[in-house]
Amino acid sequence: MNELLLGLADDELVLGWRDSEWTGIAPLLEEDVAFSSIAQNEIGHARAVYELLADDADALAFDRSPERYLCAPLVQLRLLDWAHAIARRWLYELADEIRIAALMESGDERVAGLAAKINREEAYHRMHAEMWRERLGATPRFRAAVDELWPYALGVLPASRRGALAARAGRDVVDAVERGSSDEAFRELHDEMTMVRRSAPAGAQW
Amino acid sequence: MIFEVFRQDRKGQAFEHAGSVVAPDTEFAEAWAREQYGRRGESAALWLVPREAIHAVGDWADEFDLKYRRVDGYSIKARLKEARERASSGAG
Repeated sequence: MNELLLGLADDELVLGWRDSEWTGIAPLLEEDVAFSSIAQNEIGHARAVYELLADDADALAFDRSPERYLCAPLVQLRLLDWAHAIARRWLYELADEIRIAALMESGDERVAGLAAKINREEAYHRMHAEMWRERLGATPRFRAAVDELWPYALGVLPASRRGALAARAGRDVVDAVERGSSDEAFRELHDEMTMVRRSAPAGAQW
Repeated sequence: MIFEVFRQDRKGQAFEHAGSVVAPDTEFAEAWAREQYGRRGESAALWLVPREAIHAVGDWADEFDLKYRRVDGYSIKARLKEARERASSGAG
């Protein structure tokens, strides 16, 4: 259970970080604000889950070495093409909805409660992702991005839930890009992500 | 399309003009306005109004002195003071 929750928190943290890379350069001003705000929400969700798992959420979030992170490769990808970034948001939200729905049924009250809270906010993220998919869904660029990211999207969920994701996305289950692998790009991101914490003087309070 | 955004601070209060969003349709306008005018919990509700739905009135014929129609044309300060004095002397 803890591994599942830590994977969720790492997904939200890293996707929040990756999507924040669009701040200032999104294709439209309004979308820039919205995309950045959603990215911040994801980091907020990560914090709430880390706090559930540990007394010191920052330590759990930032003091691990890159290979100890459990985030899915989908969220690690550095995507600076809008079609890809939106395709990832859409696929991630589809997968995340299935995962959160399962956590809402958890026997652990704290987990179920937090999942429900996250779900209420994710509803708007889904609305945002779905609206973009409707707009871009027919374009070759978006479709190619979804094709490319699909095996990664499957890797967000355990094998037992991939059928549900495939049904929602209208696609087939294929070999997934599984959790537990990270590349040079993720190590660079990790380095950037942990920089402030590493350079903070001992005893600094935020 | 340009949507004018009106926001309500707290339930029951009047909506005030907050700004605008440029969006291709109502769906995008809603998503963007939510984040732009509500992400910090600063709004209880929003109204999105297509700019072309607004009938603007801004021209006035002010040919005559209309001061007498305005309440600020009458100074009630002195009379208020008088009334207060009367009331306090009556009570004492």
